[in-house]
Amino acid sequence: MTESLQELVARIPDGAMLVVPPDYSGVAIAATRALVERGVRDLHVVASPSSGIQSDLLIAAGCVRTMEAAAVTLGEFGVAPAFNAAVRAGSIRMLDSTCPALHAALNAAEKGLPFIPLRGLIGSDVLRHRPDWKTIQNPFSDTPDPIVLLPAIRPDIALFHAAAADREGNVWVGRRLELSVMAHAARQTLVTVERVLDTCFFDREELVPGVLPSLYVTAIAVAERGAWPLGIDEEYEPDAEAQARYARGALFMETV
Amino acid sequence: MDAALLINAIAELIGDAGHVATGALSPIPMAASMLARRRSGGKMRVTVLGSRRNSRFTGGAKELFDSAAQGRIDVFFLSGAQIDGEANINLLSIGDYEKPKVRFSGSFGSPYLYMLVPRVILFRPEHDRRALVPKVDFISAPGWSEPEVYRPGGPAALVTGKCLFDWRKDERRFALRSAHPGEDAASIRAATGFDYAEPATVPTTPVPDAALREEIRDLVRSEVAEVYPRFAEEFAV
Repeated sequence: MTESLQELVARIPDGAMLVVPPDYSGVAIAATRALVERGVRDLHVVASPSSGIQSDLLIAAGCVRTMEAAAVTLGEFGVAPAFNAAVRAGSIRMLDSTCPALHAALNAAEKGLPFIPLRGLIGSDVLRHRPDWKTIQNPFSDTPDPIVLLPAIRPDIALFHAAAADREGNVWVGRRLELSVMAHAARQTLVTVERVLDTCFFDREELVPGVLPSLYVTAIAVAERGAWPLGIDEEYEPDAEAQARYARGALFMETV
Repeated sequence: MDAALLINAIAELIGDAGHVATGALSPIPMAASMLARRRSGGKMRVTVLGSRRNSRFTGGAKELFDSAAQGRIDVFFLSGAQIDGEANINLLSIGDYEKPKVRFSGSFGSPYLYMLVPRVILFRPEHDRRALVPKVDFISAPGWSEPEVYRPGGPAALVTGKCLFDWRKDERRFALRSAHPGEDAASIRAATGFDYAEPATVPTTPVPDAALREEIRDLVRSEVAEVYPRFAEEFAV
């Protein structure tokens, strides 16, 4: 039922739109390294809604053409160095967004809708630099009420890391329902897990709300400590020392 | 910078809000929210982005934004690489947008939460003319909106390493509320790149005593360290 990391990332073609989660949520770093080793090109990376070391690694390795995010940051550890340099050099196309817009646009894709309205945004330069977002008059209001419409984001591939899959290929995401949103929205979902359990999560009622059904899962690979140096709930904490080392400019791919 | 003073000052600005949320890169607002919650006898609800201990959301990352749009969050915190006198904030870049001189991480949820959360407290520890400018280079989120724009939220105050400002919505400008110890009306005026209102005599921001400092240290150790290990480590020394 599972495949190797190399087989998993071989499913990500050059030019794919790839959606990835925020640093606290289950980031597939081991798979990202395999993807870099494979030499993927021209990715459109969508952060749902922000990204850190994962996107920075892909940018550093020249795998990214377009970055779409509310923020790219190493958080407490500072700026994402490759991202920062690439934006200043103009070597990647940056689509600046905002967290709720990314959530909403993925939500539209989950529903099979072409677009979705969202409050806020009006008066922001984020909106001004997004010609693909449109402001309309609320058609249900008799008084002036401008509101922004966002096109749905339907990624080719969602990629993330989770604690466990069961023997049917259902994936336990726990409280990280943003991972399920990504999977619902994307055409294909690739998951790395710490382990596969010989059980069925649906047999345990208390687990069911945190399960991503195999319906949405294309392929699974086992990658122990697959989020390192980021962490994963109830498995291991983020490795502050390794992240600080990366932020200081030590090239991650060479030092670990 | 006296972090404990800022944490105490922000906790007082939070007051008796029902639900306070903190976002990315916000260790001091998180500590202040923890202090305000303790002062409320645990009644105050606090939601910390990225925390498991201090989040009671089950709807994934979007729940913060959905609940804010429904008016279920009373207080939130934002910062800016630049903040101007009309309370516009810039979290994105300095210089030309297409070819920035300096690029920051991005606008996060600010273009939305600034407009929907009733009381947004701005926090910018570095207080100088590079940070507090006449006009921001990029408006991540606007300080005010035209009347036809749906906007139940907006700025309430600006906390810096030198002073506290209130936001006067009707006048569309900040007003100096208090100066931290070692600062006065003239030093703050000299360090601020935008105009603001100022009282005849400027009160001093309350300074935490030893017991309060210990209480704050304890909260940083027990709560903030989960989300901001580096901040907690540096705060301890």
